[in-house]
Order: sequence, then C-alpha cells, then structure tokens
Amino acid sequence: MTAATTTTQTRPRAILRRSTNEPPFVRWLLIGVALTFIALFLVIPLISVFAQAFAKGFGFYFQSIRDPLALSAVKLTLIAAGISVPLNCIFGVCAAWAIAKFDFRGKNILLTLIDLPFSVSPVIAGLIYVLVFGAQGWFGPWLIEHNIRIIFAVPGIVLATIFVTFPFVARELIPLMQAQGRTEEEAARVLGASGWQTFWRVTIPNIKWGLLYGVILCNARAMGEFGAVSVVSGHIRGQTNTIPLHVEIMYNDYNFTGAFAVASLLTFLALVTLVLKTWVEHKNTALRGTAFTPVPIGKKAG
Amino acid sequence: MATKQVGAKKIRVLPGFKLTLGYTLLYLSLIVLIPLAAAFAKTSTLSWAEFSHDVFSPQAMASYRLSFGASFFAALVNAVFGLIVAWVLVRYSFFGKKFVDALVDLPFALPTAVAGITLATIYAENGWIGHFFSSTSAWHVFFHLPAIKISFTRIGVFVALTFIGLPFIVRTVQPVLEDFDSEIEEAASSLGANRWQVFWRIIFPTIMPALLTGFALAFARALGEYGSVVFISSNIPMKTQITPLLIMTKLEEFDYPGATALAVVMLVISFLILLAINVLQWWTSRYNTDNLS
Repeated sequence: MTAATTTTQTRPRAILRRSTNEPPFVRWLLIGVALTFIALFLVIPLISVFAQAFAKGFGFYFQSIRDPLALSAVKLTLIAAGISVPLNCIFGVCAAWAIAKFDFRGKNILLTLIDLPFSVSPVIAGLIYVLVFGAQGWFGPWLIEHNIRIIFAVPGIVLATIFVTFPFVARELIPLMQAQGRTEEEAARVLGASGWQTFWRVTIPNIKWGLLYGVILCNARAMGEFGAVSVVSGHIRGQTNTIPLHVEIMYNDYNFTGAFAVASLLTFLALVTLVLKTWVEHKNTALRGTAFTPVPIGKKAG
Repeated sequence: MATKQVGAKKIRVLPGFKLTLGYTLLYLSLIVLIPLAAAFAKTSTLSWAEFSHDVFSPQAMASYRLSFGASFFAALVNAVFGLIVAWVLVRYSFFGKKFVDALVDLPFALPTAVAGITLATIYAENGWIGHFFSSTSAWHVFFHLPAIKISFTRIGVFVALTFIGLPFIVRTVQPVLEDFDSEIEEAASSLGANRWQVFWRIIFPTIMPALLTGFALAFARALGEYGSVVFISSNIPMKTQITPLLIMTKLEEFDYPGATALAVVMLVISFLILLAINVLQWWTSRYNTDNLS
C-alpha cells in the first residue's frame, strides 16, 4: 500500500482521480453502506453486551462476576486454556520446524490434515471424543474399570479445547518459517552452534512475533469455545462449567443481566485479543491478513 | 522414501527432523485423526437401513435445508457487503478506518455463546434493532408494514450466520485488493473504459477467486456453527433446528449412532468444501502468477 501511495503522488492528481477512483457520491455511498453493515452486525452487538451487563448497576454486575459458580467457571476456563495453549504451541513449533526446514513427501497432505479441525463443526469435535472416551466408546469400559473420568469431566473439556485450537499456532508459524528459509540456521550450525543453540538463538528470535500472534489467537478461541466443550462437559455446575457454559446456564435461567455480566468478561477478552493482534501486526507487517481464516497453509506467505 | 538415498546417505545440516516430524504425526494422530476415525468406525457398524433412517429422516432433511439455505444466504450477503467493506478499507480513507479494520475480526475473537445471546437480545421484538421490525415501530404503524420477527425464527439463524461469516470474505478479498496494480486500471481507463467497465472487466475477475474462497470459507463455517445459532433460534424441530443442533439433541437423548451418522454426513460435506477451497486456492495462485508474467 505504501508503495502505491508514493507512486500516485508523483503523478498529476486530477487524471488519476478520474481514472482510478469513483465519483465522490459513489465513494460516500459505499463508505456509508460498509459502515452501516459494520454497525448493524458488529458495533451495536458490542455496545449491547456492556449495556445489558450494567443494566442493573455496578453492584449487580460485580455480584454476578464474584459468584462462586462464576469464579469456578473462570478457574476451569483458565485451566483448559493453560493446558491447551502450551501443548498446541509445542506442536506448532515442532510441525513448523519439520515442514519448513526439511523436504519430505506428503507435506501438502500433512498441511491439509493440520488444518482439518477448522472445518469440523464444534459439536462434532465434542462428539468424536465421546465416541473414543465415553461410556459406550472405544476406551469406555477400560476407563470405567480403572475409575478414570474423561467425558463429562475436566480432561474431556481440555481435550475438546485442544482439538478446536489445534491449528492456530502451527498455521501462523509454518508460512512464516517457510518464508524465512533455512539458511540462517544452517549458517549457525556450520559456525559450530548446537541444535538447541541454533533453535533458541536463531529460530526463536526470528519467529517470536508469529509465535505470539498464534498464541493470542489460540488463547482467544480456547477461552471462548462453546459447542465442543458443551458436548463433553456434562454441565455440572461449579465443576465442569467453563465461562461460556456458565453464560448459557444463566441465560437459560432468565438471569439475563447476570449472563451478560459474565459475557462481558469474554467480550473484554475479545477486545484485548483484537488490540494485541493489531499491535503484533503493527510490529510485524508480514503477519497481516488471514488471521483466523482457514485458508490452506502455504498461500499466506506469498 | 528411504530407497531414494540408498547409495549416498543424505546429509542434513539441521537436526531434529525425525523428532519433530514424529511428534507432529503422533500429536496429530492422537488429537485429530484417531478421534475422527472413531466417528467413521462407529457409523460403519450401522446397517444401511439404520444409517439412512437417521440420515434421511424428515427431521434431518428439514435441518439440512435450513443449515444449507441459511448458510448459503448468509455467505451470499457477506460476499456482497464483505466486498464493499474490503473495498472501502483498501481504497478510501475515512475517519475511524483503523478501528473498523480491527473490528472486522470481532466475530472470530468473540466467543460464539456471547455473540448468540447478544444477537438474540438486540434482534428480539423489543431489542435495539428488532423493534424497528416489530409491529409497534413507528414506520410499521405508519405504512401498515407487516411485522418481521427476527430472533427465534429462521431469519435469526441467518443473522447469526451472517455475523459469523463476515470476516472471512473481508480478510480473503482485502489482500488481493491491496496487491492489485492500479496501473492496469489506468491502462484500461486510458484506453477508454469507464469506471464501471474497469470494475467488472478488470478488477472483478482478479478478485473473483478470492471472493469465491471467502464465500466457501464463510459457508463452511456457517454449516458447522452451533454456539451463536442455538440462542437466536427457537430450535423447533422441522422449523428452526440446524443440523449441528439436531446432532446435539440426539446426543442428549443418548442416541449416539444417530448423532454419529449425521456427524459423518456433515464431516464428508465439510471435507468436500475443504477440497473445493484448496482447488480455489490453487486457481487463485495460478491466476496471480499469470498476472505477474
């Protein structure tokens, strides 16, 4: 974009305006349509969350948030995100290292498989774990025998969260590391650095923004996941409810203000995510673009 | 794989290939592939009669019609307005542009349950936006317009799916528009094309693959969406029940075979769409290299 603006300034403005721009009324019309659409679908819902949350005043708001059930939901959400984000981070770095630094057959299939969880409905993501670990599932009888609960318990929630956030870090790092190539690491190795030294001193500084970006997006989804977690949770109040599930329960109990109060926490998280995301993009312009969109990997870097 | 390098063992400068690839494959298998295989394995134990009974039941057919129909129209509306938003963000400058640009990703960042309860509330008959469509609003009274109920109807499902799909179109079209070389436009214009012709004959064909990709992504996402729809829809079987919700209902009734059969149908459709997106991507990249040469 910056290149385009510098070239335009060197040419006669009037001619350029006429040839590559619309008449002012078309421009204002299009801006108006776009802003109306954004307002109807994004801005008004966003404002409405906070308006509903504070509908009964600050007292009720803080009472809803400090409710023991809400606090246990927050705790479980932090546990689920705290386990799934680091695990997917390790996976993302491993996958990106293998895919970007080496050549092997079947790479494209592997890339597609890594993206697979994005195209699976959250409900189905929960269902498949019920089929594996549920009472009637593959390991169900064995798990019951050994008195291990996965489905309708915390491990199931963690597994479902890992599944839905699986590709986030990997899909940020793979195109980034592919674009960076392997010459810097090879140089470090030839100069005598060990594998770990190369990784920590060359690769990590190169990918730190991409890694942070992936972690931010991964965390947002991990804390907000509803469908998949809903299937495996069992909705035991105070035990297997995450924040989104707690919101659902309060909403269905007609405690709308309470539901929106807790929902405002998640909305605040979403806003922080957007700010951090914009900040990281500002720091590293290469990351701009297909933030959450499951576009097949390999395209983005170009 | 190994046979190629039987004679001279290939020397790799960088370490960790076996470790990282091995871990990648192990983790992928444990988290994604084996659980997904469980769905197909479970379905394969059903007879065809059982399978088709679940998959082609009137309730299932009605849910497909709603899911596919609402997802299609939502993706279509997003294709039109998402293109306008992307266009405006790339080409024009106006107050608050950076804010709008960042806000476009809100549907990704906002948990679906929050989106669901919010949309249900503001599009309800007494909601901020919904009351403009209710029979009590001033212009409905004045013009004798029929009231339109949005929340708890099929239109509500469509609204939620539009919200969910919005960023896909904008974020796929935006980079293509940014990369678009304005000299091509200038050339077309200097050869006598008017603005409308330049758009339809020059710009639109270039962004078409990206637009289609965005459409497919939004459509695929909408098909599987659960969290936001479950609140804004009244979830009445045969009327406002989407397929993921039908799966959920079957799960709550402990009808695991039925739920799995439907899940397999949805999975196969998702994989086909994923394949289509890959082909579209290939088409896009081919188009771009043609442009360069």
